[in-house]
Amino acid sequence: MNPNDTNAAAYPIGQHPSLPPPTTERGVLKWLKTNLFNTWYNSIATIIGLYFLYLIIPPTFDWVWGSATWEASSNKDCRAGEGGACWGFIKARFVLFMYGFYEAEALWRPNLAGILLVFLGVPVLVPKIPGTKLFAIFLIFLYPWIALSLLVGPIKIALFSDTTFLILWGILIVALLFYGVRGMQTNDLVKRGFGFGSAYAAVVLLFLNWGLGLPEVETTKFGGLLLTLVLALTSIVVSLPLGILLALGRRAESLPVVMYFCIGVIELFRAVPLITVLFMAINMIPLFLPQGYSFDNVVMALIGLIIFFGAYLAEVVRGGLQAIPKGQVEAAASIGLNYYKSMRLIVLPQALKIVIPGIVNTFIAMTKDTSLVMIIGLFDILMITKSSITDAEWLGLEWEGYAFVGLLFWILCFSMSRYSQWLERRLDTDRRD
Amino acid sequence: MSEVSVNTEQIKSAIQDREIIQIRGMHKWFGDFHVLKNINLTVKSQERIVICGPSGSGKSTLIRCINRLEEHQKGEIIVDDIELTNDLKKIDLIRQEVGMVFQSFNLFPHLTVLENCTLGPIWVRQTPKLEAEEAAMLYLERVKIPEQATKYPGQLSGGQQQRVAIARSLCMNPKIMLFDEPTSALDPEMIKEVLDVMVELADTGMTMLVVSHEMGFAKTVADRVIFMDEGEIIEQNDPHQFFDNPQHDRTKLFLSQILAH
Repeated sequence: MNPNDTNAAAYPIGQHPSLPPPTTERGVLKWLKTNLFNTWYNSIATIIGLYFLYLIIPPTFDWVWGSATWEASSNKDCRAGEGGACWGFIKARFVLFMYGFYEAEALWRPNLAGILLVFLGVPVLVPKIPGTKLFAIFLIFLYPWIALSLLVGPIKIALFSDTTFLILWGILIVALLFYGVRGMQTNDLVKRGFGFGSAYAAVVLLFLNWGLGLPEVETTKFGGLLLTLVLALTSIVVSLPLGILLALGRRAESLPVVMYFCIGVIELFRAVPLITVLFMAINMIPLFLPQGYSFDNVVMALIGLIIFFGAYLAEVVRGGLQAIPKGQVEAAASIGLNYYKSMRLIVLPQALKIVIPGIVNTFIAMTKDTSLVMIIGLFDILMITKSSITDAEWLGLEWEGYAFVGLLFWILCFSMSRYSQWLERRLDTDRRD
Repeated sequence: MSEVSVNTEQIKSAIQDREIIQIRGMHKWFGDFHVLKNINLTVKSQERIVICGPSGSGKSTLIRCINRLEEHQKGEIIVDDIELTNDLKKIDLIRQEVGMVFQSFNLFPHLTVLENCTLGPIWVRQTPKLEAEEAAMLYLERVKIPEQATKYPGQLSGGQQQRVAIARSLCMNPKIMLFDEPTSALDPEMIKEVLDVMVELADTGMTMLVVSHEMGFAKTVADRVIFMDEGEIIEQNDPHQFFDNPQHDRTKLFLSQILAH
């Protein structure tokens, strides 16, 4: 029996099988006909569209590739070329674009930090790879401090130069560990958390003071893509948890002080332009500090970015929290889960899944907005480009410079977008198999 | 596990005489609206109670007060010798002993059926994962859907979801089970499969409070039927007396309306 021939095949009543759709509903020609040439005016529109593509694409391709100049030591070489793009400019300035003013002999340090990040990050982002949990623990609890030490070297803490103090510090760590173990034995979560948490913090301080024994590099030397990535990644990683806490706090009606504090932070920082926040961070906060104390500009910019986007993310997350039916919380309560467990195991996993598009949207905005740090004197990738094209040696190369920066940002943001779409599909448990 | 064979009649009657829920002079308001008025109810261990009444009569609110999903404003509720107060720790303790099945199932859609069942034992009772999974499979067999364990709730029918919800509650080994209109959101074909599971559960000696209009279920299973209207308990009696010989006019009216079809 031919299953496509519905006329010939008469099935007994109640035994009609499910059949594939007819062949006229499939194929490339069918697609062209329904989408491009289905009516006379759509056919005309298609032809006009093709003509515009003909006008745009060949010259663009010629500029980018055909008559491009690949080697140049100044803009004179570029003018001598065939009139296409002068990629020699990017090549000659590549190290500056990537690392800013980072010391040339120490470039292995950011490189190693980057390689480590990829090595640890990929298994976490692609959970099919086994051992994800171990990698995640390493990434969250150890990597930040290793990367920090690689990038800036030791962060000297004056007290640690005193040997007696060091010994006391060691005793403190052991005591805290002991306290944590006691908490574990007595199943006391607060004791355990406090003991191990503070011991961890104390060890981290020691580690930062040692800084892998590398020479110091000032953050003023950070620049280019390195600075952009440091700002974007750090603010993404820190502002999401902050946003979640603010969102939960905003809904904590039984704790009015917490609630109003969170509402205050969210509404204040969301209502102020990022530029203002950055200016405040650089110029206002030092006024409140005792004389002689000053914070690093990169750190101040990071704090500004994190709080600003934390407030944005809080509202995104709140949207997700509101979409979770009350019945979910009640069901969680009915099997004895307390507030924290029901948030962590039931509400947040569902709420965050719903708002993945909104979260990634904010992440993308965050990545691009890191460029605003140029107004407080930091040389991110865009500022480096801007200063390079005003260099007398390379005047007149705006197109190449901005095309390159645009491409870099596009790669960063587009990969985030694709990853989030993949994540959404993977977490979609409502599908029916 | 929970199947402890009790031999002597004395122990049996001692368990059955234990007053596991005591509600005295309890009132509840939603804003200005007086939902529950002077509720007095004592439930003995292993007793099976069906609560019925017109919509808005406060029957759901009543059983939701028993595990503190709703707060009462006056009077006292004592569950398993613990009085319900604002003490969060005590509330969590009571909720571990009181299972609840909802009208709209409220399964956790992001977790598989098995994970739905093991979540409570693992995170509340600190049961090791493998042990919790074994126990969960036993309960899933009891509600006759062990083969669905790895599926997500969204892939199941309403009746199957409600049976998972029952298994999820049972996994916590509760002393009391509350059912809030467990079959109201189901197609007629699926009502029976859920009621069958509930009848079997009643046979194991579980203390059950069921808000339901399934009169057949009430007749075969209940020790007592309670009729509520406008926030008050109007009448309570054993099922035969209740259905054959209702005392109060409002009960008679209600019964004539639901039995008319």
